[in-house]
Amino acid sequence: MSTPAWLAVDRLSLTEGGTRIIDGVSLQLGAQRTVVLGPNGAGKSTLLRLIHNLLHPSSGELRWARVLSQAMVFQRPVMLRTTALANVIYGLKLKGFTATESARRAQQALLRVGLEQLAKRPARLLSGGEQQRVALARAWALEPELLILDEPSASLDPASTREVERTINAIAASGTRILMTTHNLGQARRLAEEIVFIDGGCIAEQTPVAEFFQSPRTSAAKRFLEEETP
Amino acid sequence: MHEFNEPFFTAWQLVAGADARLGDIVLLSLRVSLAATLIACVAGMPIGALLAVGRFPGRRVLIVLFNGLMGLPPVVVGLLVYLLLSRAGPLGRFGLLFSPTAMVIAQAVLVTPIVTALTRQVIADEWTEYREQLRSLGASRTRAAATLLWDGRFSLSTAALAGFGRAIAEVGAVMIVGGNIDGVTRVMTTTIALETSKGDLPLALALGLILISLVLAINAVAYALRGWAQRHWG
Amino acid sequence: MKLRHRFMAALGSAALLIAAASHAQERFITVASTTSTEQSGLFKHLLPVFEKDGGIKVRVIARGTGQALATGRRGDADVLFVHDKVAEEKFVAEGEGVKRQEVMYNDFVVIGPKSDPAKAAGKDILEGLRRIEAARAPFVSRGDKSGTHAAELRYWTLAGVDLEKSKGTWYRDTGSGMGPALNTASSMNAYILSDRGTWLNFKNRGELGIVVEGDNKLFNQYGVIMVNPARHPHVKVADGQKFIDWLVSDVGQKTIANYKIGGEQLFFPNAKR
Repeated sequence: MSTPAWLAVDRLSLTEGGTRIIDGVSLQLGAQRTVVLGPNGAGKSTLLRLIHNLLHPSSGELRWARVLSQAMVFQRPVMLRTTALANVIYGLKLKGFTATESARRAQQALLRVGLEQLAKRPARLLSGGEQQRVALARAWALEPELLILDEPSASLDPASTREVERTINAIAASGTRILMTTHNLGQARRLAEEIVFIDGGCIAEQTPVAEFFQSPRTSAAKRFLEEETP
Repeated sequence: MHEFNEPFFTAWQLVAGADARLGDIVLLSLRVSLAATLIACVAGMPIGALLAVGRFPGRRVLIVLFNGLMGLPPVVVGLLVYLLLSRAGPLGRFGLLFSPTAMVIAQAVLVTPIVTALTRQVIADEWTEYREQLRSLGASRTRAAATLLWDGRFSLSTAALAGFGRAIAEVGAVMIVGGNIDGVTRVMTTTIALETSKGDLPLALALGLILISLVLAINAVAYALRGWAQRHWG
Repeated sequence: MKLRHRFMAALGSAALLIAAASHAQERFITVASTTSTEQSGLFKHLLPVFEKDGGIKVRVIARGTGQALATGRRGDADVLFVHDKVAEEKFVAEGEGVKRQEVMYNDFVVIGPKSDPAKAAGKDILEGLRRIEAARAPFVSRGDKSGTHAAELRYWTLAGVDLEKSKGTWYRDTGSGMGPALNTASSMNAYILSDRGTWLNFKNRGELGIVVEGDNKLFNQYGVIMVNPARHPHVKVADGQKFIDWLVSDVGQKTIANYKIGGEQLFFPNAKR
């Protein structure tokens, strides 16, 4: 880790209906781009939601170095039944910007993701890839210090996936921390600085990306990479 | 069998002849029921949305209550509103009894639970889709309710239509609070009741046919509009 | 967002305006009357003449006599126009009404199946009722505290029939207005007491016809009463009195007399002047 931790997760647990979904997770997040990997049902999405405050832990706590402004993008883009521009404006208005200021920032955000042509189109009529980029624009317009993404390109084709990755890179380049999960190992390789490998609700290992893919430390990770790689 | 043919013919004659009094009756029916439905929507939709996304003590009780009130018998509503608006009642000094306003009030009372309960259902379904994203963006529950109301406007039209259908088809409430006064508070359903009691069954049936056709037409237009909106907004 | 709030508010006020506008500012009185006067078509014939003469609109709530009197007691009507002398006099005696004036009369008739299984036909109402009871032929009663219902009960008593004792499935108490009761009688092929006016205007006769008529006892008096403004200060005294005065005037009485169905006069004016 090159930078001091911006978040210390301390023995975080979440039990629901008798099952321990997250089991005493402790870790220090300090990288600028962290990708969480793990088999299905390991608890990746749950961990992200706990960090984003969408879920409340049964025990344990999150210790922030300082509280960061956050935004989240989900696997399926949630678009309101209005134009792409209005969708981006919505988030800005919620933050307290005036109508004119919101419109200006929204236009800028769409420009940055390359969708300024589609600003006035009904968001729900756009392709999956375009909608996801609108979601990214919406998040980016809020200038979050931490952007959380839950399998952002899982439902997209390769071309759209590349566009989404390009946008994530741009957002990271502008200084935002990235915390995401994915099933796409190539994507993890391309985007991550650090891999957090989670298995059965516990952290199995936390390794810089190159090392993780070449020689993972745990047997669980080894097995995972073998199974996932075609 | 001829008993069933005659009303169709009479109905056509009434409509084609553009009978002025029939026109007045139809217009009054539409005005009263539309106004009542509008009020029910303005009152009931926000409540329904808050019931769907909110979390407050008594919420479950309220949901059950509104679901139950959907089945309010119109004649009971009419009686209650009558007692309220009668000169001998608490709101008597406004002299609203036996007027179209009284009819609007009674039908609004009748229809609001329907609109509320159906809105709650629609918004609750939307909420499962939108909840995480809206909370992530920092929307309060009230803000989310408002957002979903607007976003779900096309599905909500179904709730409004259901309310309107109930209003325009009922006779118990408007008969009691309106008095079926010729030229003042006589609507389609009360006219049908009157003609039936005068034994003029073919005429009553004919009016019934006109009423049904009207409701069907409104529903057809609404359906087409929803389809257009779906294609346009997604 | 603000735009939507304004939109909703606009809708709401539009709704109330639509409703309020129809609560028009026209000059009118509220008359509570019986179903027989409305359903016989008398008011349709009578009221336009008065309204043109006096410029006052008459809004008629047509219920049964019992309900009309109750409406008067609540102060929801200005004038009552009903046909139950006993109940009317009680109403005035209680201080609910100012004065009772006689306006017109018509008569009751017994309607029944043309085949007349109870052999009730004739000019004697009491004998006819006795025969219906003896044969336990189906009989429909209005059972709704109307003037007609009150008269019916009086006739049974006069005929010496104790309804409580001899009640059975033959006696159908429907609790409904004249028209609906006639509909019921028509579909059951039953006997029923009706006022002549409603019967003449009734279209769903089935197998029914007039069985008993012409008995003096079948005389049915209508009276008009102003609701007491001392009890209900909002009563439209001036306009209500204009209506009452008109009803008993030459013009009013003549208009009542020339209302006919199929050439037959339904109501006979008999106001005392």
